[in-house]
Amino acid sequence: MTQNKSTAGISIKNLGLSFGTTEVLKGVNLEIEPGEFFSFLGPSGSGKSTLLRAISGFGPDPTGSIKIGGEEVTGLPAWQRNVGMVFQSYALWPHMTIRKNVAFGLEERKVSSTEIDGRVDDALDLVGLKHLADRTPGQLSGGQQQRIALARTIVVEPRVLLLDEPLSNLDANLRVQMRRDILALQRELGLTTIFVTHDQEEANTISDRMAVLDKGIIQQIGTPVELYDQPQNRFVASFLGTANIIEGSITEGHFVAEKDFKIPVKTDLTGNIYLVIRPQSVTISETEVTENNRSYSLKGNIEYSEFLGETVRYSVLSNGHSILADESHLRGNKIVANGQDVWVEIEKDQILLLDR
Amino acid sequence: MTVKASSGFLSRSNFGPKALAILIALFLIMFLAVPVAKVFIVAFQDPSTGSFTLINFVDFFKTSLFRESFWNSFYVSSVSVVVASIIALPLAYFTSRFNFGGTVIIQTLGIVPLIMPPFVGAVAMQLLFGSNGSVNLLLDEHLGFTIPFMEGLNGVIFVQSIHYFPFILINLSAALANIDRSMEESALSLGSNGMRLFRRIVFPLSMPGYVAGASIVFIKVFDDLGTPLLLNVNNMLAPQAYLRISSVGISDPMGYVISVILVIFSLFAMWVAFLALRGKDYATTQKGGGGLMKRDMKPAEKFIAYAIVLFILAVVLSPHLALGLLSFGTIWSYSVLPDAYTLEHYAEVFSSAGDFIKNTLLYAGMAATIDVVIGTAIAYIVWRTKIKGRKILDYLAMSALAVPGVVLGIGYLRTFYQFDVPFKDIPLANYWLIIVIALAIRRLPYAMRACVAALQQVSVSLEEASESLGARKMTTVKRIVIPLMTGGILAGFVTSFATAAVELSATIMLVSSEADAPIAYGIYVFMQSAAGRGPGAALGILAVVIVALGTYVSNRIIQKANQKNAMSPDQH
Repeated sequence: MTQNKSTAGISIKNLGLSFGTTEVLKGVNLEIEPGEFFSFLGPSGSGKSTLLRAISGFGPDPTGSIKIGGEEVTGLPAWQRNVGMVFQSYALWPHMTIRKNVAFGLEERKVSSTEIDGRVDDALDLVGLKHLADRTPGQLSGGQQQRIALARTIVVEPRVLLLDEPLSNLDANLRVQMRRDILALQRELGLTTIFVTHDQEEANTISDRMAVLDKGIIQQIGTPVELYDQPQNRFVASFLGTANIIEGSITEGHFVAEKDFKIPVKTDLTGNIYLVIRPQSVTISETEVTENNRSYSLKGNIEYSEFLGETVRYSVLSNGHSILADESHLRGNKIVANGQDVWVEIEKDQILLLDR
Repeated sequence: MTVKASSGFLSRSNFGPKALAILIALFLIMFLAVPVAKVFIVAFQDPSTGSFTLINFVDFFKTSLFRESFWNSFYVSSVSVVVASIIALPLAYFTSRFNFGGTVIIQTLGIVPLIMPPFVGAVAMQLLFGSNGSVNLLLDEHLGFTIPFMEGLNGVIFVQSIHYFPFILINLSAALANIDRSMEESALSLGSNGMRLFRRIVFPLSMPGYVAGASIVFIKVFDDLGTPLLLNVNNMLAPQAYLRISSVGISDPMGYVISVILVIFSLFAMWVAFLALRGKDYATTQKGGGGLMKRDMKPAEKFIAYAIVLFILAVVLSPHLALGLLSFGTIWSYSVLPDAYTLEHYAEVFSSAGDFIKNTLLYAGMAATIDVVIGTAIAYIVWRTKIKGRKILDYLAMSALAVPGVVLGIGYLRTFYQFDVPFKDIPLANYWLIIVIALAIRRLPYAMRACVAALQQVSVSLEEASESLGARKMTTVKRIVIPLMTGGILAGFVTSFATAAVELSATIMLVSSEADAPIAYGIYVFMQSAAGRGPGAALGILAVVIVALGTYVSNRIIQKANQKNAMSPDQH
């Protein structure tokens, strides 16, 4: 089962969806390649799960088009789509044994019973739980239930695999293990996969590419590194990682914000913009630093500090603006006291300017 | 494994549920809406000309017997609520406020009366508490006075309060148990205590539960036909309606006027309960919380509490005791206990009353089956489909709650007297099947609630998982939904069965020959004569056993289903 020939790409064009009068998805356009591991990342209420459910055939009828392997699926009921969905709650049927659960989809496909037995065994083997075949779901731990839910879905050889926050009900350690297992399984099967999550670490570690959603709109699509390094708007910049975002405008080669905040910048942008800088690109110094080739310097003082272990996060008040700076922490390093005057260095090539 | 969508597919997938919804709606309209509407129309119709008039209502209030019946019904219901509250309040107080060993007894008290419909024990109660009954004979002999427990309206009040107080106890206890300790503790830490805390926090939080329970008691007593009839108290509304129809005939408008009044009062009581509960979802318990602060009783308090609880227990069990004595006693008249004991009455019941038992099992079984089938279908249609107007089915089925048995019976007589049963030359109103339908309609709201609760336990994602693996809606219903609802559906069946088995008020109007009569009617007929009391009581004991078994079985099923659901992954 190394290279899956039947797996399919997904093409979504101008998709819209409403619950009553509330629009939850607006103008969604998306191309997912066959065999790709793709994530939908967004806060709760962003529409990511709704989009996934629309692909699998649940929820209100959307407008626009969803094609799986080139075939239009809007209007098809869920049971004719051959799309594998793994539910957040796992949705294992408590009145059936594990074997019955996994066999269900094959039975619906009128597969012969000898073939069903073999394929169920293979699927259970794949998730390493063949020995639990005759248990009922209630007797399994959360992680085991998760694996069975996966086995139940992949046994029918769906064209695509959809995972709706599959790790959210697991505890932290298991979550890390499980996401590695899911990725390994996906690579082994070569199955186009969409993974829905609100956890950026999960999305970053597992995805080939991902789409960030907010308010029913896809904000940006790209690889995890692209999205982090080159966010296209304020939402993406602030949702992925931590960022200092200052509202201001460009006047005479300077970025100018309220309260005399002013930094020289080189840009073609004009008018209202956001200045974005990650805290790890800001350093603080208790001795005076002047502007140099590498960085700008601002004077300020420490508002508060947060000790995070590997780093110390300082908030520095400079010309009426709070700027976060992460200093990596080594054993014995002192934490700069609140109220202390400091100089803030901002690395020039790490500054990102975004249109407002 | 992809199937091309045919254009008509979506409409076809909706066809089944839609057709089912229409069939159920027709059934409910024909056997609930139309008969009740008929009753209302006749009540507002001039008997000779057929035009709209209020003259029947004027006549009703001009007749002194009806005015008296009206006030008696109102009086009996109100006083029953008061007496039932007096019984229920201390019990609820003991369990919610104290670490009281008698809590188990109190919980039993909450169920025991409900397994025997009040009319069954009514006659037996006269032998225990009547003017020549055991208690008064003892009182007269030792203390020289008697208490008129069972004189006229007192008897109805006494019997009804004993039987219906659990509704107040259960609702009030639930309301009290739902008050989180933190509610009380935050009031304490803000400086409130004692009576003030009770008046400002505990009382308002438990009030909705009390009002809901009290309104149920009011309706039950107001609508009840069997108890006054068996106690020979005829100057109340429900018995008057029955007597007018059975003696004067189905064209006499007074029975219909009384029916309208009964329905209006039922609606009114339900409305009061609705107002009391609206927007007051006072379930304040959080995880790990649980109930008000409890303290241990002092020895003297414990003594008093046990005395009260045991006294109430004795009173509550007295109908069962009296019925048992009556069923085993030879002659019991002007004496504290029967003269001797015999099994003769049971022998007579089993030899001559076999038809009653057979009919009961058949009718209640059929009615309960209809109830769970319709209940499951409505639950699925309302909660799992998007069919327009689906809520109407729910409301229609629930509206049966506001229709007293007498009213439904009168409506059926009036509506179905003109319809002949196909291939048989008798009106539908006289055919035994109409009793089954009446029982099914009367019990439908309860069965439907059970089915809805069962369906709500089935998470939608369990169905979606099935569809996503290739199963159509019908297959999903058959393989996933129904199997997971089985426990709830069975519990609904058993409850419907047990309560339908002892229903009297609609049945009594619809039984046209004794060969078609169920057990409840049999008890009524036997109890009419002094000689029939023994066998009547034996039949009553039999009915109690059926209901008790039913209640026990349905509780077991619910417990089992809960255990199973607790293990299901969706509960994590």
